[in-house]
Amino acid sequence: MTISAFLVGRRSLAKRHLLLSCAALFIAASANVSNAQTDDHQYTTEAIEAGSRTYVQQCALCHGPQGELVDGINLRLGQFRTASSDEDLRAIISGGAAGGRMPAFSLRDTELDGLIAFIRAGFDPSGIAIRIGDQVAGQAIFQGKGECSACHRVNGQGPRTAPDLSDIGAIRTPNALQKLLLEPASVLAPINRQVRIVTRTEETVVGRRLNEDTYSVQMIDSNNQLRSIKKADMRSYDLSSNPVHQPTTLSNDEVADLIGYLLTLRGLQ
Amino acid sequence: MKSLKSLCLLVGALSCFTAASISVAQVTYERILNAESDPENWITYNGSYKSQRYSTLNQINQDNVDELELKWMVQNQVFGAWQSNPIVVDGIMYVTQRPNDIMALDPITGRVFWTYKHTNAENALVCCGANNRGVAILGDTVFMGTLDAHLVAVDRINGKLLWKTKVGEVDEAYSVTMAPLIVKDKVIVGVGGGEFGIRGYVVAYDVETGEEAWKFYTIPGPGEPNHDSWEGDDWQHGGAPVWITGSFDPELNLIYWGVGNPGPDWNPGQRPGDNLYSDSVIALDADSGELAWHFQFTPNDGYDYDAVQVPVLADIDFHGTPTKAMLWANRNGYFYVLDRVTGKFLLGEPYVKVNWSSGLDENGRPIQTPQPEGMPTWPGNQGGTNWYPPSYSPRTGLFYFSSWEDYASIYKPEESEYEPGRAFLGGGFSVLTPAEGAPGVGIGRTNPINTWTDEVGHAALLAIDPQTGKAKWKFEQFDVSDGGVLSTATDIVFIGGREGHFHALDANTGELLWKASLGGQIVMAPVTYMIDGVQYITVISGNSMATFALRQ
Repeated sequence: MTISAFLVGRRSLAKRHLLLSCAALFIAASANVSNAQTDDHQYTTEAIEAGSRTYVQQCALCHGPQGELVDGINLRLGQFRTASSDEDLRAIISGGAAGGRMPAFSLRDTELDGLIAFIRAGFDPSGIAIRIGDQVAGQAIFQGKGECSACHRVNGQGPRTAPDLSDIGAIRTPNALQKLLLEPASVLAPINRQVRIVTRTEETVVGRRLNEDTYSVQMIDSNNQLRSIKKADMRSYDLSSNPVHQPTTLSNDEVADLIGYLLTLRGLQ
Repeated sequence: MKSLKSLCLLVGALSCFTAASISVAQVTYERILNAESDPENWITYNGSYKSQRYSTLNQINQDNVDELELKWMVQNQVFGAWQSNPIVVDGIMYVTQRPNDIMALDPITGRVFWTYKHTNAENALVCCGANNRGVAILGDTVFMGTLDAHLVAVDRINGKLLWKTKVGEVDEAYSVTMAPLIVKDKVIVGVGGGEFGIRGYVVAYDVETGEEAWKFYTIPGPGEPNHDSWEGDDWQHGGAPVWITGSFDPELNLIYWGVGNPGPDWNPGQRPGDNLYSDSVIALDADSGELAWHFQFTPNDGYDYDAVQVPVLADIDFHGTPTKAMLWANRNGYFYVLDRVTGKFLLGEPYVKVNWSSGLDENGRPIQTPQPEGMPTWPGNQGGTNWYPPSYSPRTGLFYFSSWEDYASIYKPEESEYEPGRAFLGGGFSVLTPAEGAPGVGIGRTNPINTWTDEVGHAALLAIDPQTGKAKWKFEQFDVSDGGVLSTATDIVFIGGREGHFHALDANTGELLWKASLGGQIVMAPVTYMIDGVQYITVISGNSMATFALRQ
């Protein structure tokens, strides 16, 4: 972490500089959502709409209009008995499952794509359907090439510098996960901003903000320690409007795999 | 030994009667009328009929305020934002707690004498929490409004019910959350329900019998003046609630009330017209309830800019002319000075960022500039300020109130159909946040971590000079504040906030003099009183009521 990573310069303790630039960012990000329907990372609006028609004709009789009528499965909410990736879904639809209680359907590739898109969009024809890849490959990327585990902790393993991801699959949608990877700045919750504090005793403390009020800041510092620092004891206090990591350079398939892995992280039961 | 003890108790009781002359005086109308010259009691919700929340007590001053120490705390037995405002009369404090209890307690020790519990109808419905903001007192009777739209009169000595009267239809989501206003022989309340398609009113009852004396509808019916500010049947479910205690000018015999939003809240296109008297201040004859004048802050409001602020009355020299003024920081982001004799607009200035309007015309009517769909509107839905009581200090000539800065909402109007007892909102809104899906500012704080941060909105206590409408100073907090204000003759301003810090500031400069970190959100104003020569300050924070006095 270098000082240059911080977007905002010296931050007056009484002033709030970030808001206007961030507000503009929010609007820009919102506009992106509606335009990004043909992104390589996700299914097209046309596919989702086609899938909704296929679903009504082929699937709704057993799974129900809301996708929750089969025990242990909620298609709309993305809860399955065994499947996780899009390929898993494709295999089950085409090959059948559960000893034949789920029959094998012979559908065209475009129909299969549409069905998966409709399921991934949460049954919302105007929603966004994110491609979800292979969780095993995704875990390898998390620990290797993606360098995620260099900062993020999962199930008690890894550093605490960045937010713990043990339950990220339960609290974030696939769409939000993809955005965290592709446009991290647009979805970083403000409370999680990186802070850099120089104290009146010339100590430089860098870390992630946990809480703040008028008189003090609470954080996890780069030594993985909880710190609470009074503003009266600060010489300077800088906040970064960017997360530590930059937009990912992983390929589309790798992003899909990584999301597949992250979605399996649902916390300790 | 036993008989000796009894004897001592008896002697103690007798000496108590003789020493404490305060306990025999009744709370007459004249005492309420002269509350400003009786600072040892905090006798009404707003401290006096002028509603300045300014105390002439001077034991606590700028030199010794840092010697304040906690004397006692009382824990609310019910969770939820505790928005009540205690009153203190003749050595007894009366405060309400959720959902509808009155407690009488000793203001020196915090020990409770009695509680009165009102059980609300099961279908009682309020939009934003089971709040009650306090009681009124007259004679030996304490009055409280209820969430199921009743008014109860309770014996102030033993806490027993004297009478109960129906104020409105609970099935149609009428409610009473405000502290009543006593004027002469009447007890007056307004009704809440602006999110449920009510037709608002202010209603007066005989203090002895609870019989209705008069009723003023805040939406004029067919044949009444300004009925044509509504189209078709919209007036029948147009909202315009009154849920904050009004003020009274005895010389003019006028009572003043702030009126809330029109309904449905966020779809102004569904109710064309100015929608009078929503978002207005109304001046009513205190005896008959007849309308003397009105001033509308936000015609055809689409942003829930309730005018439910406390009307603060001040006799000031305005631009060289002695003026019976009304000072008003409105939820819509403008600060106003009105002539309270006629309702004439004297001054209006924005005190936070405003983009729903480009300014006010010479009559104070806003020039509306609705934002394109999906774009943020400043101030946001909770407003530049809200119901939190302000304060005016005649010594500094400054008007103090909690504002929310850098706070905006994005509105999504939709057609709504009225159904009795159901929400009638006309769409919705989201709070502008710096990142997609980040938390917006909630109605209250239920989490000790500030997840929305100052980037979504933060508090500034503003000290506005009514001559210019500009702030002389401001005191910022990282979180927003729903804190009301108390000012004193020693030029101290007391203010809290959602962070739970209770601050004493220099009323002239805003400099921090002292603070206590109480840990729970402060969503009401502090009050002050004096008993046996000791000045106390009481403030509610979270589920606790704390009382401070100087170290002895």
